[in-house]
Amino acid sequence: MTRRGFIITIVKGAALAALPAGALKVLSPSEVMAAIKETPVLWGFVVDTYKCVGCGLCVKACKQENEIPLEVPVSRTWVERYIILKDGRVLIDSPHAGANGFTSQKVNNIEVNPENIAKAFFVPKLCNQCENPPCVQVCPVGATYKTTDGVILIDRKWCIGCGYCIQSCPYGARFFNPILRVAEKCTFCYHRISQGMKTACVDACPFGARQIGNLKDRNDPVTKIIQNERVSVLKDAFGTKPQVYYIGMDENVR
Amino acid sequence: MVHGAEWTTKELFTYPNEYIYWTIQIVMYPLMTGFVAGAFVLSSLYHVFGQKDIKDLAKFSLVFSFALLIVAPMPLLFHLQQPQRNTEVFFTPHFTSAIAAFGMVYLIYMMIVAAEVWFVYRKHFVEQAIALIGKGGLINFVNRLIFNLLTLGAYDIGEQAVHKDEKLIKVLAGIGIPVAFFLHGYAGFIFGSVKANALWTTPLMPIIFIMSAVVSGVALCMVTYIVIMEWKKFRAKKKHEDQVSVEIKGAEVDVIRKTSKYLIAAMIAAMTLEMLDLVFRGYTAMKSWDILRSVIYGKDFFNIFVLQYLCGNLIPFILLLIPGLTIRRAVIATLLVLLGVFMMRWNVVIGGQAFSNSYAGYMHYSMPIIPHNLEAFKEGAAGALVIAILPFVFFWFFNKFAPSLKFKRDNNE
Repeated sequence: MTRRGFIITIVKGAALAALPAGALKVLSPSEVMAAIKETPVLWGFVVDTYKCVGCGLCVKACKQENEIPLEVPVSRTWVERYIILKDGRVLIDSPHAGANGFTSQKVNNIEVNPENIAKAFFVPKLCNQCENPPCVQVCPVGATYKTTDGVILIDRKWCIGCGYCIQSCPYGARFFNPILRVAEKCTFCYHRISQGMKTACVDACPFGARQIGNLKDRNDPVTKIIQNERVSVLKDAFGTKPQVYYIGMDENVR
Repeated sequence: MVHGAEWTTKELFTYPNEYIYWTIQIVMYPLMTGFVAGAFVLSSLYHVFGQKDIKDLAKFSLVFSFALLIVAPMPLLFHLQQPQRNTEVFFTPHFTSAIAAFGMVYLIYMMIVAAEVWFVYRKHFVEQAIALIGKGGLINFVNRLIFNLLTLGAYDIGEQAVHKDEKLIKVLAGIGIPVAFFLHGYAGFIFGSVKANALWTTPLMPIIFIMSAVVSGVALCMVTYIVIMEWKKFRAKKKHEDQVSVEIKGAEVDVIRKTSKYLIAAMIAAMTLEMLDLVFRGYTAMKSWDILRSVIYGKDFFNIFVLQYLCGNLIPFILLLIPGLTIRRAVIATLLVLLGVFMMRWNVVIGGQAFSNSYAGYMHYSMPIIPHNLEAFKEGAAGALVIAILPFVFFWFFNKFAPSLKFKRDNNE
C-alpha cells in the first residue's frame, strides 16, 4: 500500500466511524422520562410572610419528618426574624433555625426595646427547588439531580461529600447531614408529596403561611396566587429561577 | 455534631446551615496543584525554550513536579466526607461541574509528566540496568529488577535513539505547558464559577491562580534546590572536598539569579491581576461590596495586607530586585513568596467563607491544631502538615532512581 493510499483509507475509515457516532444522541434519564410521558406536575411553593408568626412548628415538624436531630442547628427549613429599627438598623436572627420560636427580645445578644421597632416580621425559608439549580450544575458526580416534576433530590449513596453544592447555593439551603455525612436539603418532602400528601411543614403550620401546589394545574390555589397576586422570589439576580414564591417580601430580606 | 461546627465561630446573622465547609485542605489543594504547574513550567523553560543556564534546576523541577503531582489530589481525600467514593469523580463524572474535569485533566497531565520523566531518564535507567549486571547481593538484585522494569524494555541508547528521546521530551514539555495551565486554571475556575460567593465569583480567578501558581512553583523549586545544594555542600565540606563545595556554590548562584528573574516577572503579573480584581470590586461597588470591604479592610486586613501583600509580595519583590542577589537573600525572599502564596490561597478559600451569604454576618475559621479526633486531624494543622511533607518524601524516593541533582559538573552533557 502506498503512503497516499494508506492516508486515504484512514480518512475514509474515520469518516465512516464518525457517522454513526454523530447520529446518536445521549439522553439524560430525565429526558428519557420526559419523552415517554409528559409529567403533569411541577411543584411550587408559596410562603405568605404576613401570616407567619414565627412559632417554629414547621421547623420542628420538618426535623422530625426528615430525621434531622432537633438539637443540631442545621435544618432543611428555618424561620428568620427581621427587626427594622426606627434608626434604620436591621437586626436578623434565627436561633436554632427558629425551631423553638422567638421568645427572647434579644437579637444577636442585643436587647431590643419594642419602642424602637419600626417594623418586624418573620420569613420562613426552605430550598427554592430552582428551575436553574447551581447545586445540580456543580455536583462532580451527578449525585444531586432535578426530577421532572421540578424537585431537586440528592442520591445519598452517590454523594462524595465534597461540599461544592453547599458552596454554590446562594440561599444557604444545603448542609451536611450530621448522621449520614452527605449533602442534605429540603426536598419538598418528596416522599410525601409524591404520595398525595402535603409537606410536613405545610401540614404543621397553624396559620396557612406555607402552601404547596402544582404549578401546571391552573386551578391549583398555589398557581392562582402566583398568577393573580404580587409575589416575589429570593435573590432573583442569581438567575436560579426559584420555585418558592413569597407574599409580602421586604427589601431587607436576605 | 454538624460538620464545620468544630472550627466555625459565627457573628451576627448567618443562615443556620452556613459553616466554614471548605477548610485548610482546600487551601492546600490549590497550593499543591499550583506548585505542580509552576515547577513544570520552570522545567519547560529549559526543555522547550532552551534556557540552558537553568538546566540543573529544570531537571530537578521536573522530578519534583512529578512528586508534587502525586500529592496534589490528596487534600481532597482528606476533605471529602465520603472519601471511599472518590473514584466516582473519575468513573461517573458530571461534566457541568468544574471538579469533574479534574479526573480527566489530572490523568492526562500525569501521563504527560510521567512520560517526560521517563524519556529524560531512559538513558540513565538503561545504563544502571547494564551496570548492575553480574553484581551480587540482594539490594543489587532488587535495584537491577527495578531499573529493568523502568526501561520498559527499551534498551537502545544509541545516538539516534537518544536524539529521538530529546525530541519527544521537547514535544511533551510543549504540550505539558498548556495542560499545566489548564490544570491550575480550572482549579481557579472551581472558585471563580461559584456565583453564590461574592468574593470568589470573577472571571479573573483562573488567571490569578495560574500566575500565582507559577510564582509558587518557581519559588518552591528555588528554595528546595538551594536547601539540597547547601546540604550537599555542607556534606562535601565535612569530607574536606573543598573544590566540590566551591563548584556547588558557583553553580547555585548563577542558576538562582537567572531563575529569580522569571520569579519577578511572574510576581508582577500575579500582583497586577490581584490588584485589578480588588480595585474593580471597589470601583463597581456591587451590593456585596459592603460586606467584602468589611472583610478585606477589616477582619482579614492582617492576613491580606500584612501577610500576603507586604510580607509575601512587596518585601520579597524588593529583596529580589536589589542587585547582587545572594543565596541567603534568595532563601529569605523565596520563603516569603511561599508565605505570600499560601496566604493568597488562604484568603481566597477561608476569606471567601468569612462572611455569610446573607451579607449580614461573619464566620471565623479556627484551624484545629491538636488532632483530638479524626475530623480535627483531617481538616486541621496536622492533616495540612502531612500534605506539605509528602511531596518531599516522594521526591526523596524518586530521586533514588531518577537522580535529578548532580553536584559535580558533567562536561559531557
